[in-house]
Amino acid sequence: MRSRHSLSTFLKWLLVACAVLVSAGFVWLIGNSDIAVLNPAGEVASQQRDLLVFAFWLSMLVVIPVFALTLFVTVRYREGNKKAAYRPDWSHSRILETIWWGVPAIIIIVLGVVTWRTSHTLDPYKPLADNSQAIEIQVIALEWKWLFLYPEYDVASVNLLPVPTNRPLNFSITSDAPMNSFWIPKLGSQIYAMKGMQTKLHLRADTPGSYRGLSTNISGEGFARMGFEAKAMSNDDFLDWVRTTKETDSYLDSKSYKELAKPSTLDKPILFNGFKPTLFNDTIASWMPPSHSKSTSKQEGGAH
Amino acid sequence: MLGRLSWDALPSDLITLGAAAGMVGGGLLIVAALTYFKKWKWLWKNWITSLDPKRIGVMYLLVAGIMLLRGGADALMMRLQQVTGAGADGVLGAEMFQQVFSAHGTIMIFFVAMGLMFGLINIILPLQIGARDVAFPFLNSVSFWLFVAGAVLINASLVIGEFSAAGWLAYPPLSGLEYSPGVGVDYWIWSLQIAGMGSLLSGINFTATILKLRAKGMSLMKMPIFVHSVLGSMLLVAFAFPILTATLLLLSLDRTLGMHFFTSDFGGNPMMYVNLIWAWGHPEVYILILPAFGIFSELVATFSRKKLFGYTSMVWALGAISLLSFTVWLHHFFTMGAGANVNAFFGIMTMIIAIPTGVKIFNWLFTMYRGRVRLTVPMLWFIAFVLTFTIGGMTGVLLSIPGVNFQTHNTLFVVAHFHNMIIGGVVFGYFAGLTYWFPKIFGFKLHERLGKAAFWCWIIGYLLAFMPLYVLGLMGAARRMDSYDASLGWQWLFMVAAAGAALIMVGVAFQILQLIVSIRQRKKLRDTTGDPWDGRTLEWSVPSPAPVYNFATLPVISERDPFWEAKQHGDTRQAPAYYQDIHMPKNTGLGIVIASIALVFGFAVIWHIWWLAILAVIGIIACIMVRANDEETEYVIPAAEVARIEEQAREGAA
Amino acid sequence: MSVIRQSEHTEKATFGFWLYLMTDCVLFASLFAVFAVMRNSVWDGPAGVDIFSLPYVWLLTMVLLLSSFTCGLALIAARSNNVRKTLWLLGLTGALGLVFLGLEAYEFAKLIHEGYGWQRSGFLSAFFTLVGMHGLHISAGLIWLTYLMPKIRRKGLISINRKRLLMFSMFWHFLDVIWIFIFTIVYLMGVSPL
Repeated sequence: MRSRHSLSTFLKWLLVACAVLVSAGFVWLIGNSDIAVLNPAGEVASQQRDLLVFAFWLSMLVVIPVFALTLFVTVRYREGNKKAAYRPDWSHSRILETIWWGVPAIIIIVLGVVTWRTSHTLDPYKPLADNSQAIEIQVIALEWKWLFLYPEYDVASVNLLPVPTNRPLNFSITSDAPMNSFWIPKLGSQIYAMKGMQTKLHLRADTPGSYRGLSTNISGEGFARMGFEAKAMSNDDFLDWVRTTKETDSYLDSKSYKELAKPSTLDKPILFNGFKPTLFNDTIASWMPPSHSKSTSKQEGGAH
Repeated sequence: MLGRLSWDALPSDLITLGAAAGMVGGGLLIVAALTYFKKWKWLWKNWITSLDPKRIGVMYLLVAGIMLLRGGADALMMRLQQVTGAGADGVLGAEMFQQVFSAHGTIMIFFVAMGLMFGLINIILPLQIGARDVAFPFLNSVSFWLFVAGAVLINASLVIGEFSAAGWLAYPPLSGLEYSPGVGVDYWIWSLQIAGMGSLLSGINFTATILKLRAKGMSLMKMPIFVHSVLGSMLLVAFAFPILTATLLLLSLDRTLGMHFFTSDFGGNPMMYVNLIWAWGHPEVYILILPAFGIFSELVATFSRKKLFGYTSMVWALGAISLLSFTVWLHHFFTMGAGANVNAFFGIMTMIIAIPTGVKIFNWLFTMYRGRVRLTVPMLWFIAFVLTFTIGGMTGVLLSIPGVNFQTHNTLFVVAHFHNMIIGGVVFGYFAGLTYWFPKIFGFKLHERLGKAAFWCWIIGYLLAFMPLYVLGLMGAARRMDSYDASLGWQWLFMVAAAGAALIMVGVAFQILQLIVSIRQRKKLRDTTGDPWDGRTLEWSVPSPAPVYNFATLPVISERDPFWEAKQHGDTRQAPAYYQDIHMPKNTGLGIVIASIALVFGFAVIWHIWWLAILAVIGIIACIMVRANDEETEYVIPAAEVARIEEQAREGAA
Repeated sequence: MSVIRQSEHTEKATFGFWLYLMTDCVLFASLFAVFAVMRNSVWDGPAGVDIFSLPYVWLLTMVLLLSSFTCGLALIAARSNNVRKTLWLLGLTGALGLVFLGLEAYEFAKLIHEGYGWQRSGFLSAFFTLVGMHGLHISAGLIWLTYLMPKIRRKGLISINRKRLLMFSMFWHFLDVIWIFIFTIVYLMGVSPL
């Protein structure tokens, strides 16, 4: 008698404690601006946050009943409770089973439709529907740093990615190192950087600020130190940055690129006042058959 | 003469040296103890050469338990590194940290989860289908010893050479010769290749066992649900493991013969590796989880004293999950730049798996509904499983949406998700099964209170260890980072996670203590009835521990839950009119010999000692011929002896 | 061992062997898929059309098909309990297998000699691995045969030897089928302009 009593009390308190903890966790999670994915600063990341939140609540339609049901049957049908019904041979109910094949199926259909549509709208290869002038940025993952080339402005930087806000950012990404994954959590969507191949990513920064960028895919010893800083600023500030960078005196040619590509980690970003125009395509072509390297052919990643 | 092997291969840094010394010392201690207590003959006769699947199963469990300690130590070291890596190099440093997490993942999947699974299958499956043995007893022994050989090889890397630092799936080009010229990746390849070969043979063996050795009257739809789940799992093994064999072979050809399958130049295609390894890797997850589902189905019915709800649904759900598991592999790399259509297809296929899985959960809960639920240790594992697995399922559905995956891929969010499934699903399932069937294996129950203590440490530790990782993932923490900027404010979350990991290890300590205490109190905990839990299936109809031949007379089945039904009609332990001679397979040491030669082969190839590799191949062929020549592989237990054993068991029960 | 137990054993073993062949099928399927991906990854090396000689491969195919045929005849001879004929036909099967292996080894040697080894390109790696894997299986079959034939000679066509013979022929025909796929996918499609 005593043990039954203490058990149900214990379970009740456990339930209350869980509920308090979970709600506190949620409040903290949503209120905490350190949580990059939930506090986006760009168009793509915002849509992805909304999608995440939507899918979360949709799955709660199943999760919450399961939790409630688990606690209910555990307490109600515990052996000590002789008041509860006991039907040892009851093992089939067409209605019930239809419900739990059916309801999750409906939820998945809804989610499937949303998935199909968002997979297309959030396709990293799809340029953003934005009329303002886009900026092209070429990205090369090196051992263990990121090289950013701005062909329209003829400047380059390592581990520093200044971008103008409210202009589409068109990234072309490759690697001269093991596979990496290019990601700025606050701006959205990561994509792999692979040797001899080119992947594409389209983002936009909406709020000025300094955002952490990183590689999420292990690429050797220095991989964890492969972070970079994405600096979103007004277009004027960006053009100012280009101008001051132009005034520095280091140029990125094949020779200095070779030096840069050697395995190392950096403490500070490096800036270049210009770069060999074909550097990006040359890097890709250097991993292509000899007959191809003359032409600046591109091989797209994945199934594209 | 010795290929790449030289004195430089021995460890030089302090941590590796300590670990290696500990391992070698522990090994020597065991050898010394066996010699001192004169137990070698006993070990050889009763265990090493045994073809009894129950004994092989126990050995699987033992090896898996030891490897759990190794993998757990790795996990603690990883968290320690990440706690001390805030803006610093940390205690291990990047290179060693990367070896440690690569070893952790490989060991936990291949040598802990697979070991627990094959252990329980070996012990229980023949009993549940009313058989005396598996279809191919000798092959079973070879499988087990190959599994051990793989485990030995992966641990040898600690003492001689190094281990892979390329993660548990070793993506090229990082795992290629260009970036990993050492022996680490080769150790990874060959320990998996050898253990994987064993798993493949087991897959064939158990599929044949289920399809050919069932008791009379046990049609497919009368099989216990655990048997269904094992059938699904073993068919997946048979279809998925050859892909792993091929993939590992190609990677090793790249590395040893200079081929160009996955190199960046000469037309190699690293993306193909990622596709191939996940074409095996995703089914592998279901290979592990399906038998755990089966275990839960068995014990929920038993501990609710009620028929399993929706048996037919359960079978269909298992089938659906097995089939679908081959259609989702691309969701592991949505970020590779396949088109939106491809990504959407694989995303939707993935979330469809949530439907049959959800169905199973509801069926289990409705098995408890209107039952008489006993909150034993296995049931505690079950309830914890439902709660954690549901969370894991929810995050899995989130991850399956490409648009969300782009923001969570390769982060600690993913790490939290799959530990949710693997610990909350697979490990909890096998622990539940182990507690449930322990009396059938050893003849006495496990100590209940220590089991509960272990359980609470595990579940609380588990929540502490992995819930912070979800948050860290959303904060933008990539997996496998040895260090991070101190200003990010992640350190305290890693501390919580480390505390959780430590608490899990306390749980493991409780489990070891539980085992010791249970052995000491085995008289008190003895199961004299053969049916300690009021069970439903055939394994409870024989004495505990089960006699070597399992069933004195082979049972004939007419319905599901045959033993429960028999108890309802009151006829369970009647002696049959007469006993017959029973044929059982003879012991043989060839299993361990073949596996040892395979181990030598793997070692030789890793270190490029070619003459030894060739000798090993010849040796294996010779062993197979010796076995094939042996036409007297069985011995007979006379009917009188069977009668004596059965009589004794009945007296014990009375 | 009683007759009933022996037939149970045989049934179990053949069923298990079918399962094994299925897994081997998956192994080859993986290698075929890899080959299909690597088909055009010739880098600066030769493509299939540059190095394959169809008449030569046709000869290889005929030799292997013939060996499959003699293997089938051996099984029929075994059914009518003709030990001598069974052995004779099995010997022929083995000899043809050996010829096949020799022809294949010559093709490999020639390619390597001309500088078209497996290190030259992804395509050649895939070619050598797929065809080599089949050759390795043929070698295993030959080793099996050198073990099986003395057994049959010594003890005749007792049931355990029949079981062994049956499993060998399953294996041998399986390799034949795999070769048909290799012939079609690697060689025929390799030289065709498709």
